[in-house]
Amino acid sequence: MSTVTTDICIIGAGPVGLFAVFEAGLLKMKCHVIDALPQVGGQLSEIYPKKPIYDIPGFPTILAGDLIKNQMDQIAPFHATFTLGERVETLDKQEDGSFKVTTSEGTEVFCKVVVIAGGLGSFEPRKPAIDNLTNYEGGKGVNYMILDPEYYRGKRVVLAGGGDSALDWAIFLADIAEELTLVHRGTTFRGAPESAAKVASLAEEGHMRLLLKSNVTEVHGEGQLNAVTVVPDGGEAFQIETDYFIPLFGLVPKLGPLENWGLELEKSAIVVNTFDYSTNIPGVYAIGDINTYPGKLKLILCGYHEAALMAQSAYSIINPDKKFVLKYTTVNGVPTM
Amino acid sequence: MQEDITVYVENPAGAREAVPVPTDMGLSLMEALKAHEFNIQATCGGMALCATCHVELLESPELPEPSDDELYMLENLPDQRPGSRLSCQIKVTPELDGAVLRVMADFE
Ligand SMILES: Cc1cc2nc3c(=O)[nH]c(=O)nc-3n(C[C@H](O)[C@H](O)[C@H](O)COP(=O)(O)OP(=O)(O)OC[C@H]3O[C@@H](n4cnc5c(N)ncnc54)[C@H](O)[C@@H]3O)c2cc1C
Ligand code: FES
Repeated sequence: MSTVTTDICIIGAGPVGLFAVFEAGLLKMKCHVIDALPQVGGQLSEIYPKKPIYDIPGFPTILAGDLIKNQMDQIAPFHATFTLGERVETLDKQEDGSFKVTTSEGTEVFCKVVVIAGGLGSFEPRKPAIDNLTNYEGGKGVNYMILDPEYYRGKRVVLAGGGDSALDWAIFLADIAEELTLVHRGTTFRGAPESAAKVASLAEEGHMRLLLKSNVTEVHGEGQLNAVTVVPDGGEAFQIETDYFIPLFGLVPKLGPLENWGLELEKSAIVVNTFDYSTNIPGVYAIGDINTYPGKLKLILCGYHEAALMAQSAYSIINPDKKFVLKYTTVNGVPTM
Repeated sequence: MQEDITVYVENPAGAREAVPVPTDMGLSLMEALKAHEFNIQATCGGMALCATCHVELLESPELPEPSDDELYMLENLPDQRPGSRLSCQIKVTPELDGAVLRVMADFE
């Protein structure tokens, strides 16, 4: 568990959260950024890193992944700090009007201003509909992401899924796990053909077991997972003893905990005042895809504009005694912190 | 001008709602369902990248075969069913009249 004290806590490391770091940095405000995903970039890194974007001013075309890389370079002078792979769970107002933001892993961020740049919500694993699955989450045998493959050294592992991540991890874990099974409902893999071929040859050579046209339907164990039930299409169900079951079916965005913070919402988006993109909670702003107002467009460009106005308003909360004076970066350059 | 067609959306309780859809606007089934405020996020805007527009067709005419991209997404879904399709990949045409479907996000 770690504790961070900063001026602004930004929830969401998508393009808009990252630009908010820049705008805040120009005004010499310190930022800490939290994202539920293990990498920065939001939808651009998670959904379409290799797609060209055509409507970023100054770039006739730029790949989504490159835009995020450029944004990280652009904010480097401001030394923002990051907590990645943790979801923000709670927002508590302190007596002095400041905030405490707490994550799923217990990280606490103390700050004067909270900026929600949460996009479509946090991306969460798409879970198969298996009874009791959640009973084995949190270190009891069911995981939805592989953070450190070494964790599975010498263990028995059942993976499920047919996408690139299921294939990639199967190849990786074949060397590490004591026993590895990949269960896939289909007959073919439409992921990278080299990976599919590699998995097939690992299975032929006996380095892993590959069960096609099959589904994991049950999980078993007393407190700790020890077996799963597999049902082949049109065949008899059977059990596989295992230490871990890892379903890899991709991610879906969920608004999640933000819904319970007392913010005014409209159709899963946060209602804001377009003067400065503040919410109904003083000191809390919402920018980018997560907010709504008459005429809202869910575009990166619009989120950038919102970040700039937010930063000016946040400045007066963080520096109540100073008067804000707009200076162009072309006049003063980019200050460092 | 082309008439509206009707598709029927079955909710988890089994009731069917008739949904009128125009065929002359080049809509996808996802766009039509979203316009009627069904529980479809369509995160990727119809690019077969997110599967948040997953539907199960219970009764429908012959439709064009899914593309490889659509099949790839569908194969990766834990709740894929025999009639599973990505609604963003289905064009609203007069042939779709009378189709019955479920919005899978309601069954999660
Ligand atoms: C396929 C596709 C193509 C697109 N093309 C374009 C385009 O060409 N031009 C354009 O302008 N826009 C485009 N968009 C839209 C654009 O991607 C969004 O407008 C943009 O990503 C919004 O940025 P954001 O920073 O607000 O949110 P996001 O990119 O969604 O980032 C939000 C981040 O917040 C995190 N988060 C949310 N809640 C929590 C929580 N509780 N705790 C921790 N972290 C949390 C999420 O994990 C996520 O990483 C496209 C979108 C898609 C899907
Ligand atoms: S809208 Fe994303 S797959 Fe259909």
